[in-house]
Amino acid sequence: MTRFSAMSLFAKALGGHQGWPEQWPDAAPKPAYDAIIVGGGGHGLGAAYYLAKKYGITKVAVLEKGWIGGGNTGRNTTIIRSNYLYDESAHLYDHAVKLWDGLSQELNYNTMYSKRGVMMLAHNVHDIQSFKRHIHANRLNGVDNEWLTPEEAKAYCPPLNISPDARYPVLGAALQRRGGTARHDTVAWGYARAAAALGVDIIQNCAVTGINRGPDGAVTGVETTRGSIACKRIGVSAAGNTSVLMQMAGLDFPLESYPLQALVSEPVKPIFPCVVMSNTVHAYMSQSDKGELVIGAGTDQYVSYSQRGALHIVEHTLAAICEIFPIFRRMRMLRTWGGIVDVTPDRSPILGKTPVQGLYVNCGWGTGGFKATPGAGDLLAYTMAKDEPHRINAPFNLDRFRNGRLIDEAAAAAVAH
Amino acid sequence: MTGYRLPMGGRVNRQTQLAFRFDGATYAGFEGDTLASALLANGVQLFGRSFKYHRPRGLLGAGSEEPNALISVTRGPGRFTPNLRATSIDLYDGLEASSQNRWPSLKFDLGAINDRLGMFFPAGFYNKTFMWPRSFWEKLYEPAIRRMAGLGHPPTEEDPDHYAATYAHCDVLIIGAGPAGIDAALEAASGNGRVILIDEQDELGGGALSDPALWPWLDRSVKALAASPNVTVLTRTTAFGYFHDNFIGAVERLTDHLADVPHGPREKLWRIRAGEVILAQGAIERPLVFDGNDTPGVMLASAARVFALRFGVAVGRSIALMASHDSGWHDIFALAKTGVGIAAIVDVRDAVSPDLLAQAEALGIPVHLGHSVIGVRGRLGVKAISIARNGGTGVADLACDALLMAGGWTLTVHLWSHSKGTLAWRDDLGAYVPDQPNENVRCVGACAGAWSFGDGAVIDILPTPKDPTRAKAFVDFQNDVTAKDIKLAVREGFRSIEHIKRYTTNGMATDQGKTSNLNGLQIASTALNRPVADIGLTTFRPPYTPQTFGALAGHAKGPLFQPTRKTNIDSWAEENGAVFELVAQWRRARYFPKAGEDMHAAVNRECRMVRSSVGIFDASTLGKIEVVGPDAAEFLNRMYTNPWKALEPGRCRYGLLLKEDGFITDDGVSARLAADRFHLTTTTGGAARVLNMMEDYLQTEWPDLNVWLTSTTEQYAVIALQGPNARKVLEPLVEGIDLSAEAFPHMAVREGTICGIPTRLFRVSFTGELGFEINVPSAYGRALWERIMAEGARFDITPYGTEAMHVLRAEKGFIIVGQDTDGTVTPQDAGLDWAIGKKKPDFVGKRSLARPDIVAPGRKHLVGLLTEDPNVVLEEGAQIVADPNQPVPMTMIGHVTSSYWSEALGRSIAMALVVDGQNRMGQSLFIPMPGQTHVAKVSSMVFYDAEGARLNV
Repeated sequence: MTRFSAMSLFAKALGGHQGWPEQWPDAAPKPAYDAIIVGGGGHGLGAAYYLAKKYGITKVAVLEKGWIGGGNTGRNTTIIRSNYLYDESAHLYDHAVKLWDGLSQELNYNTMYSKRGVMMLAHNVHDIQSFKRHIHANRLNGVDNEWLTPEEAKAYCPPLNISPDARYPVLGAALQRRGGTARHDTVAWGYARAAAALGVDIIQNCAVTGINRGPDGAVTGVETTRGSIACKRIGVSAAGNTSVLMQMAGLDFPLESYPLQALVSEPVKPIFPCVVMSNTVHAYMSQSDKGELVIGAGTDQYVSYSQRGALHIVEHTLAAICEIFPIFRRMRMLRTWGGIVDVTPDRSPILGKTPVQGLYVNCGWGTGGFKATPGAGDLLAYTMAKDEPHRINAPFNLDRFRNGRLIDEAAAAAVAH
Repeated sequence: MTGYRLPMGGRVNRQTQLAFRFDGATYAGFEGDTLASALLANGVQLFGRSFKYHRPRGLLGAGSEEPNALISVTRGPGRFTPNLRATSIDLYDGLEASSQNRWPSLKFDLGAINDRLGMFFPAGFYNKTFMWPRSFWEKLYEPAIRRMAGLGHPPTEEDPDHYAATYAHCDVLIIGAGPAGIDAALEAASGNGRVILIDEQDELGGGALSDPALWPWLDRSVKALAASPNVTVLTRTTAFGYFHDNFIGAVERLTDHLADVPHGPREKLWRIRAGEVILAQGAIERPLVFDGNDTPGVMLASAARVFALRFGVAVGRSIALMASHDSGWHDIFALAKTGVGIAAIVDVRDAVSPDLLAQAEALGIPVHLGHSVIGVRGRLGVKAISIARNGGTGVADLACDALLMAGGWTLTVHLWSHSKGTLAWRDDLGAYVPDQPNENVRCVGACAGAWSFGDGAVIDILPTPKDPTRAKAFVDFQNDVTAKDIKLAVREGFRSIEHIKRYTTNGMATDQGKTSNLNGLQIASTALNRPVADIGLTTFRPPYTPQTFGALAGHAKGPLFQPTRKTNIDSWAEENGAVFELVAQWRRARYFPKAGEDMHAAVNRECRMVRSSVGIFDASTLGKIEVVGPDAAEFLNRMYTNPWKALEPGRCRYGLLLKEDGFITDDGVSARLAADRFHLTTTTGGAARVLNMMEDYLQTEWPDLNVWLTSTTEQYAVIALQGPNARKVLEPLVEGIDLSAEAFPHMAVREGTICGIPTRLFRVSFTGELGFEINVPSAYGRALWERIMAEGARFDITPYGTEAMHVLRAEKGFIIVGQDTDGTVTPQDAGLDWAIGKKKPDFVGKRSLARPDIVAPGRKHLVGLLTEDPNVVLEEGAQIVADPNQPVPMTMIGHVTSSYWSEALGRSIAMALVVDGQNRMGQSLFIPMPGQTHVAKVSSMVFYDAEGARLNV
């Protein structure tokens, strides 16, 4: 692997950039691997990297039916934060945030993680109660999250409208300063390059069509569009397609898939210094390094696999953005797109073992999986290497939907009386 | 020729001269000009600076595909708009425009240092650098990158304009009003159906506008369409997106072309549902890729034709053509006939049709077949070009001041692709053409591949003897993506066209690749050694061109963003000085301060008066559902945890509603009015959710039940009258209802009249006092409220708000769903086991209540908390620990859900969810706050009148 640095860039520039090698080889499937990851998104590529890096399991293949990072990894609004309420969630997401910090250096690939701060707006008394609950829980969990008055919120994000006459006035905000954004594609590419350098095969255009099991029920390999591959450990990290893959192993998974849209504006000079989220009016926004305002919209009301959302969702999102940031009304929307989010009944992920020996799963991240990318990869790798979950992901087991030990963050922010 | 304005021709109105300013200098143009044509007419070739290298740029195109000439326009306070295309800005008198992304000036831009250092900034350079030292990324590198990036400056003031929106339905929608679109519209107009014709330009005609021979036909057609009553024509309207089921979004621009901003909306969003969609969006000419192809003065041949024949402007005095397609020859012939000097025709092909050669010869134009342009001289404008034979020999210089490119055509299939229609590659056209539709849609004219522009060769990069690693041959002009970048991406292992796009940012600029995608694809195809057809296209994303946020937000602004729901009594509260709070979509009176009172004082007084005399409260926002039918009781029995079948008509019951997961989702007191009729109440925020949930079960799980549900939330105003004197206030006003304790006990309902108004009168209490809730038709709410206020004056009747209501209910330990419960709380957790019908065979959530974790010990219970210091009112949301001395992360065992100062008890009270709380009665727990840890004892949730003596009077 050619090390990336200003020096190597300079040296290669003198040679007209002819000397750069492939960032990862275009591998063809081998007959057998020690571990297979199904799904070449950031989570799956991360898992492959950590399997090789931390657990010495290098005979690993990542099977991607399309192109790596082409699913939700490349379709999200890149928000990173960990100010979750429940201990389980806070530990899970904070594990990821700690890995984000320094990931560029670890992978030798600039993932552009920018701790710009994530500010969540409170618009009514119920929001205040809910945010205070989060802030106090985060404080006692050692996760940073602080309360801002409307004036402090505006100082942190000057485009914010804090007029008390607004339809949904800003009554305060919860700010996590370590929160921020990263460049989504580079996370997939960085993990792929680093994993490939450790011997992992990145195999694109290779869809899994079956999961093979032996007489004892344990997995023995997969069928793919590029032939059979033998393997005793399979980690499925396929977001919206997880339920289809799990059915190949005879497992019904509690997942529903919805289209979720996002959009960007035309690029402008720097105006928006942080990430702002408002759950009450359904809007969130940041500005990319390129200058685009990056805006997240809501999910469609109906389940679907169509990566194409409805117009009224975009209309509502932009109305909400213009309410909170009226100076952007003349900005123009450049591009919209949709992704498919897989949602569990308690809207927390499933990350761990399955009832099938040798089959592991990482799914159900809903609208918030990007922020967990390094953490999810690391924990899936741990679970596959040790054949038992790490204490951080142990609560996020499949069994909780049977025994009732749900981790329901959204319910914790229940709608006002 | 004055400047570059041709002596005659074009559709501009030479009688009306318009003055405008660009970067501070004053110019003149004509009515009918765009900013681009007017500046060209004044000899301006330099329009902007590119995104990454800050290279000087002129016009590439003449329409909405323009990638280079991005302009900011200001028209007074709050009306600054960046990133507009000069080719799409209609000129008006007084237009004030400026260039972007340059400092200190357009001609001398310090940012152009990036161009000199361009070899160090290839595609993806930022992935490889700025990692050391680590702390520099956020402090130094990223801010610097951000300052260099971006295009125009953002608006900084609130937009004074407003925006409109409408719905439209039609049988045939035609998008694009060139010859093919107009023909389709005329044909559709002859039927009886409703027809809508949309075009993004200021007048109909499309390509015909730059073909004077078609103007008489165009004139006749436009008049015929205008005379057709079933045809709606929308100009300056962009159909930007194609959504499910022939639903098209379009934005009409109403005022940006006017010198004076009128009072009407600036733009209007059209949401159109069409029976059939006909796409007639034409095609966009493809640039050629060669070193220096971005020099100002190098542009598309078709654009030069538009400027000459539509606007009467020559793009140069001595124009050369670089072609790989016949269409450029026709354009240059048309220019020659206007009297513009033609320097030469260069064509990469070794042979073209004899007819073209004959025409060139007749016009005296030198022709160089089998040649390519290999360089362009001139920094801020073309001075000369170098050409060479395709083998690399015969290098020669040609003087010229403009160079046209004719690289073939890319069909405009954006909307077709939004609709998920498939595309097929056609080698003969060198283009992707529409194949299988996914909706009721068809393409006509050029965007269907039906054109007569002649033949062409598909070329990725023009041959050159120069070192390709030194060449700057642009593919995506705005994002500064060169052929080298695309080859680098392939070299680094990016094989999918989506990867190449993302790695190089080719096609991701504000023109969304209209002029760059196909060239990028060709270059990738060569580098990958795979045919274009095997590589595929990147996905087309709405919108077709950028659309204003304000237009998409439409009317949903300020008070119209979401309606504020107000009760019939709200106006009285406002007149009487209430302070309001927002609850769901409602606004509710929070308290009624008297002069000099803060919230604390007002709430204490309101609470005191309810407990000592009588208070009046607007409870109209409570959700209400009328449940009617022979199976009404059976239905409620299955929905709620409580038993309903034995409830007698005339009685009320507290109902508890769970979700399938066994957790509380709503509650409310409901009444049985008759054997087959119930009056349900829900929480204010839960009204719609509960109705949806009930309808869902009724329609999908139990369609056999004979029950009808009707939301009646807004049909009733509800006045709660609470306090020991409540009955005395009510008695003189009510007719036909015996209010005595014996005849009308707690949790009963009666129908009768009050002040002559029909009423459903509930005897219920959310305060622990003797109480009534009076339901009357909404329109009578305020009148009745005032009548009761007058009647209650002798008891000093006191209006109270939601804050006092919260305190009073908390004193009694009544929960608020959504505050004391949060979607993880079972009835047992909340101490509401009594509300579960133990003998019922089933109800929603019953099975979940038996799950192992739900019956396991150690769940959080809702309990009371009394602080050691009675004056400390805990913060709602504060976390609770058993051991205050443990290090962070601490083990939290619960949190405070409700916390108030209780005037009745003269101390603070709180409710909390605490692990195993029901078994911790009397235990001291700790609430660590910043700087101070509070101590509190676990107690019963009922702090006041535990035996309920005050209720049963």
